[in-house]
Amino acid sequence: MKPTYTSTRNACKLCAPLGASLVFKGIEGCVPLIHGSQGCATYIRRYMISHYKEPVDIASSNFSEETTVFGGNKNFITGINNIRSQYHPDVVGIASTCLSETIGEDVPGLIREYGEVNAGTHIPRFVNASTPSYCGTHMDGFHHTVTATLKAMAQAGTQGEHINILPGFVSPADLRYLKEVLEDFGIDYVLFPDYSESLDNVHTREYQLIPSGGTPVRRIEMTGTAKATIEFGTVFNKGAVRTKGPNHIESAGEYLQRAFDVPNHQMRMPIGIDASDKFFDTLATLSGRPVPEKYQKERGRLIDAYVDAHKYVFGKRAALYGEEDLVLGMVGFFEEIGVHTVLASSGGESGLLKREVDKLLQTDNDTRVVNGMDFASIREEVKALAPDFLIGNSKGYYISRELQIPLVRIGFPIHDRFGAARIHHIGYRGTQELFDRVVNAIIEYKQDHASVAYKYI
Amino acid sequence: MSYILNERKNQVSHAGINADTVACNKPSLAGSVSQRACVFCGSRVVLYPIADALHLIHGPIGCAAYTWDIRGSMSSGPELHRMSFSTDLHEKEVIFGGEPKLYASLIELIDKYQPKAAFVYTTCIVGVIGDDVERICRQVTREKGIPVLPVQAPGFQGSKKDGYKVACETLFNLVGTLNLPTPKYSINILGDFNLAGELWILLDYYKRMGVHVNATITGDGRVDAIRNAHNAALNVVQCSGSMNYLAKMMKDTYGIPSMRVSYFGIEDMSDALYDVARFFKSDEMMDKARDLVRDEFQRLMPALAWYRERLQGKKAAIYVGGAFKAISLIKALRLIGVQSVIVGSQTGTPEDYELIKQLCDEGTIIVDDSNPVELSNFVKEKEADIFIGGVKERPIAHKIGLGFCDHNHERKEPLAGYEGMMNFAKEIYATAMSPVWRFTK
Ligand code: SF4
Ligand code: SF4
Repeated sequence: MKPTYTSTRNACKLCAPLGASLVFKGIEGCVPLIHGSQGCATYIRRYMISHYKEPVDIASSNFSEETTVFGGNKNFITGINNIRSQYHPDVVGIASTCLSETIGEDVPGLIREYGEVNAGTHIPRFVNASTPSYCGTHMDGFHHTVTATLKAMAQAGTQGEHINILPGFVSPADLRYLKEVLEDFGIDYVLFPDYSESLDNVHTREYQLIPSGGTPVRRIEMTGTAKATIEFGTVFNKGAVRTKGPNHIESAGEYLQRAFDVPNHQMRMPIGIDASDKFFDTLATLSGRPVPEKYQKERGRLIDAYVDAHKYVFGKRAALYGEEDLVLGMVGFFEEIGVHTVLASSGGESGLLKREVDKLLQTDNDTRVVNGMDFASIREEVKALAPDFLIGNSKGYYISRELQIPLVRIGFPIHDRFGAARIHHIGYRGTQELFDRVVNAIIEYKQDHASVAYKYI
Repeated sequence: MSYILNERKNQVSHAGINADTVACNKPSLAGSVSQRACVFCGSRVVLYPIADALHLIHGPIGCAAYTWDIRGSMSSGPELHRMSFSTDLHEKEVIFGGEPKLYASLIELIDKYQPKAAFVYTTCIVGVIGDDVERICRQVTREKGIPVLPVQAPGFQGSKKDGYKVACETLFNLVGTLNLPTPKYSINILGDFNLAGELWILLDYYKRMGVHVNATITGDGRVDAIRNAHNAALNVVQCSGSMNYLAKMMKDTYGIPSMRVSYFGIEDMSDALYDVARFFKSDEMMDKARDLVRDEFQRLMPALAWYRERLQGKKAAIYVGGAFKAISLIKALRLIGVQSVIVGSQTGTPEDYELIKQLCDEGTIIVDDSNPVELSNFVKEKEADIFIGGVKERPIAHKIGLGFCDHNHERKEPLAGYEGMMNFAKEIYATAMSPVWRFTK
């Protein structure tokens, strides 16, 4: 089902180079360069800074009128030179824009030329992601860039003992959790992209030109020789419209499987017990070790919490919005605790959301599942459906306020609160956090609207 | 200063020491992480506060998504400006043209929201794919009977400042299209965007002086008031960059004189009132202005003294969009005992930078269109305690362990007027004197 408006009113999606920049921030020593005019880079920086509260340096090749007519060759070269002399990066991640794509810039050609002219000097590695926004959203840009990076760097060789973890667009807290889990399992791993530090850093006392953290290039190279890949998601960027290149879009895990025979374990984002079980069981199988007691206890506590609070959530009606793979993770979780997802919506345009929701719920479910949504349409749906709470990023706050329906903030962006980078969504512990927040949001709403200030629930 | 790119060296200077002028009005360098945005951004922020107009961004989604409710401009009535409308161009339209989608979007949105006018912003790729936006606008104007105005703002055609000019040209097309009864002592307020309700503070001052405010352009702006703006006696223009051009066109065409003012800091604020009274040559008005200023001073000065005592000797770095604002900030900081050691802007003019040089103490770094690398080095070199800037500068300051005061267009506390000066002092104090800095040393 598609909204009936031609125009987009209050978009529930962002543009592709933002997704690419996130991935580039997850490569050690990398500076992103947005190939196009100045505004796109500045806007994307501002948007990310307001969420992560961290410096986000993204260079731009600053197209001018002249560049637009005669091509970005000169700007590209000056741009790379200036980045090199100011940042000394190991990697430059280049994301194209609507503009550079429309005028037909040949970025691989520019990179090649740059390499030839500067042969003999220490040239950074280049990763090139083609990310015109008219072909898809920030998630399309994100996944496209993950795959593009692996295509540029993954190497063949004898199979090692390590595994690849491709978590998709999760929070820095989620990434830190994944590292902890893998270390506790004693598994050697390559986690990519890893912006857990670069976008949620300690107080450094100095302005790090390139923030510390990120997956090192030599580790990314090893993705080709891993013994397995675990990737979270089922939609990825499979809905992106691309006329150039193959129509069937591979996920990064699928690419590694096809090109390097690395077995791919694709699974829904591990939110909720079932999905987390699947993740932990896979790790147990791959490592040949049982799930560490620490996580069995986390699981046990989560079940205990489900039991304690079950009555407060059962039958409650939720309206969900956000990136497709996050929405799907949440739908699965809500199903476990008896929350009825009345609206599962996304600004993503894959057209796959309905099919995937139906796999999780019974096919005769009455959940409204809508791709290609904007907030104005979400507002209209929410008004009609009158759910008990909204859950998604902070941009839905105005709907929550107007309709007096509580909002639980998850995902990206969260521009009106602190701690966005520390919101933990995945695994038993992340689910526990989400569960507590959902339960408490419902209780708080009821308490705030009760006739007395009651002290016990 | 090896961290400054060679091509940028002449965009950095010092007060006093040398006579070099700061080179400015230059496009940002490729590969530098400029803090500037684009032409579209400039036009968007200027027109944004017009609350009863439809603002439709013609282009792919990003340009619209990133500017959704981007300014804290408040409205006393309609709030259509706080919606983000986009034609959200897809590949199909990029190849075959976006005109049908633009037309359909305009019609449906005008039908649904009944705006008084519509602005259609053209972004980068529209400039390339060759949609005839003007023709569509003319057609919809005819069909719907409201002004539908193209805002030709492809980002690559310059910097944010060029966008101001584009916005002014668009506004000028509206001015003079309606005649309403307008009192004798009428002014238009240009260049205040009613961030955090700042305009309302000014309206109160002018009302107390007996001055009628005709059109506010564009804070709490209304289409009809702007159409009638040519009937005012005077344009009072704040913020050098964004509105001077409109004032000039109105002077050339309608003979309306203009004056430049600033509402930040008490000296500049008071001048903004006296100058208006002087313009109208009214003793009564001048007396009222004097009374007002005296009242406000009596309230403000003791309170400010408390802050000055505590902030004495602190050093500030200023990096803001417009240089005129930087100038007011230097004075306002001085009033509370804070010295400005770095002063920069994204869009200053040579005259602005000259003035800054004269105002500042010897050795102050003066910079045009800076970037994170430079700014972080400057503040270290100058041992600044506080940074005053926008969203993109905040993490730079914080990562180094510097206090930060938001002087951008998202702010939620008014900083204009006497009340604003008080808030400014409070904010500087809150950031400079917080106990948390103990842990960052
Ligand atoms: S530079 Fe062009 S494409 Fe980028 S935000 Fe500005 S208008 Fe939009
Ligand atoms: S032009 Fe494209 S890349 Fe640039 S901001 Fe707009 S949507 Fe994003």
